[in-house]
Amino acid sequence: MPFLEIESLQKSFGAQTVVHHFEMTIDQGEFITFLGPSGCGKTTILRMIAGFEIPSAGIIRIDGKDVTRFRPNQRNVGMVFQSYALFPNLTVAGNIGFALKVAKRSTAEIKSRVEEMLHLIKLPHLADRYPRQLSGGQQQRVALARALAGRPKVLLLDEPLSALDAKIRVSLRSEIRALQRQLGITSIFVTHDQEEALSISDRIVVLSEGRTAQIGTPFEIYNFPNNRFVASFIGTLSLLPALVVDARNGRLSVDGQDVVTNRPLNGAAVGDAVTVALRPEAITLQPQSENRNNLDAVVEEVGFLGSVIRIRARLNDAVLSLDMFNNPNQPPPELGARVALSFSQDDLLVLDAAVAAA
Amino acid sequence: MKSSRLGAWVALAIGAIYFLVPLIGTFEFSLRMRRDQYSFDAYAIVFADPRFQATLGYSVMMAILTIIVGIALVVPTAYWIELRMPKARPLVEFITLLPLVIPAIVIVFGYLHLYNSSSFLPFTANERSTDVLLVCSYVTLSLPYMYRSVDTGLRAVDVRTLTEAAESLGAGWTTILFKVIFPNVRSGILSGAFLTFAVVVGEFTMASLLDRPAFGPYLQLVGANRAYEPSALAIIAFIVTWASMGLIQIFARAPKGATAAADRTT
Ligand SMILES: Nc1ncnc2c1ncn2[C@@H]1O[C@H](COP(=O)(O)OP(=O)(O)OP(=O)(O)O)[C@@H](O)[C@H]1O
Ligand SMILES: [Mg+2]
Repeated sequence: MPFLEIESLQKSFGAQTVVHHFEMTIDQGEFITFLGPSGCGKTTILRMIAGFEIPSAGIIRIDGKDVTRFRPNQRNVGMVFQSYALFPNLTVAGNIGFALKVAKRSTAEIKSRVEEMLHLIKLPHLADRYPRQLSGGQQQRVALARALAGRPKVLLLDEPLSALDAKIRVSLRSEIRALQRQLGITSIFVTHDQEEALSISDRIVVLSEGRTAQIGTPFEIYNFPNNRFVASFIGTLSLLPALVVDARNGRLSVDGQDVVTNRPLNGAAVGDAVTVALRPEAITLQPQSENRNNLDAVVEEVGFLGSVIRIRARLNDAVLSLDMFNNPNQPPPELGARVALSFSQDDLLVLDAAVAAA
Repeated sequence: MKSSRLGAWVALAIGAIYFLVPLIGTFEFSLRMRRDQYSFDAYAIVFADPRFQATLGYSVMMAILTIIVGIALVVPTAYWIELRMPKARPLVEFITLLPLVIPAIVIVFGYLHLYNSSSFLPFTANERSTDVLLVCSYVTLSLPYMYRSVDTGLRAVDVRTLTEAAESLGAGWTTILFKVIFPNVRSGILSGAFLTFAVVVGEFTMASLLDRPAFGPYLQLVGANRAYEPSALAIIAFIVTWASMGLIQIFARAPKGATAAADRTT
């Protein structure tokens, strides 16, 4: 049975509708990520679940109970903010114990719960510090403990790592994920960083302009994007114009060269113009083998990124990116060299014609 | 570089002379009550005067009431505007500045006109209700100082996000106001309170026209009838004011953690 149900949620500010018909069910203990570009409505949906915004239409149910009209303080939903939002006048312990104090729990209970939370976030020695005496990463961990101390039903995190520097961001996100697994708490994490989303989520919701573009596991979202928006937003993707030659066998013409795809054509018929897409890691420069596609191209740019070398290769009227692993025994091709790009028939995505046109 | 620094020192010196010479003169004069010899006789007389104690006591009482009413009025208002009606801020700022623009005497004539003993709200009918009216007028008078200090304090913290954080942790409005907002704008509230204190203790027009035994009218009375005591009173009033200012500095500068630590022990 789903734990958090959202039914045709909608939100308008004045005449502008920023969330259109958002639908989703989330199981207990799931870790969901909302991913999308700035302004796509991630925060707005999260704030409706938290109760800070009232939906223009739709229903939100938590654990079977309709909470759509509940005030934020009646929902028992924990929230972690990008700016930490710790109470500056309270110590770390005071902050973590806030929810329990508001709920009028006994001093002994508050004390033991605060200690437990401090251990979970691995800061047991900082109980008496004030927020301004902590680093950003420590403050955010305290904020996490504060949100979790009252045993909320759902944990919401709005870009909790954006204010931190890259290294801490990576270590803290796996800490958050580990803690979430340990407590089994249903969580929604907002980010516009696709790597973050791919690395920690059970499922990702990709949003675009207030609409759901796709919901799926990181594996599904990355490998089987439903549409052009998702395909181009997640990871790097080269888009190429193509013509359908033989719809039944998936034969296409790209740049005048024949290729075959094993992916669905989404209803395109012979003679239709479609957009096909390729991930850079799907292409190799190794000589062709059985059942692979080959495209002749010219090397236009070689970018040395360390472990990976990213090459841009030009066809007549399109450009492709491809990645090869760095190998000291095999120098990358020269600029201007003619190369044969080889890729599997399974890796050639055909994007939904309707969405691709958008 | 050098000449500009010299200019700064000259400006400072001129300011200091402008400010200090009358003060020193007044102080020196207040010490000359006894012939041919400096003494604190004038101060002794002032302190011994029962009216001095009574009027100062009355004014301090009025100031404290004004501060309490002012805080209760201004903090929730400023908080609400910051949180829910940021667009209304310019209007509210304008309104709170009006008492600086409209002379006190105009305000008090308005009061007398509205609330005289034959009106439907006869505030001036007896002394207690006149005191109420006086406190209200002092709240108005101190509004510019109180509102500004509190508003500055509120803007220094992210009121909106802190409110949301507290709400999501289960807190209701009173808890948010007393446990989150008040403690975090404490220094703003305190500086507003001290400014209010300084304004109210020496206030003359309102108290005089409402005929209440306040310190301001007493100062004026003594000033009109005595020679040395007014100087002594001026110095005393000056010290009271500066003590208030000094307290603002101390509380405004105290690190947040330190004031919060003091909070917890109380
Ligand atoms: N209170 C509001 N009044 C009017 N418009 C708003 C309000 N809050 C959000 N919006 C609009 O709603 C849209 C979605 O905003 P939202 O904050 O949800 O985006 P987001 O996906 O969280 O973006 P970001 O990644 O930049 O945080 C934006 O166009 C924004 O301008
Ligand atoms: Mg946002």
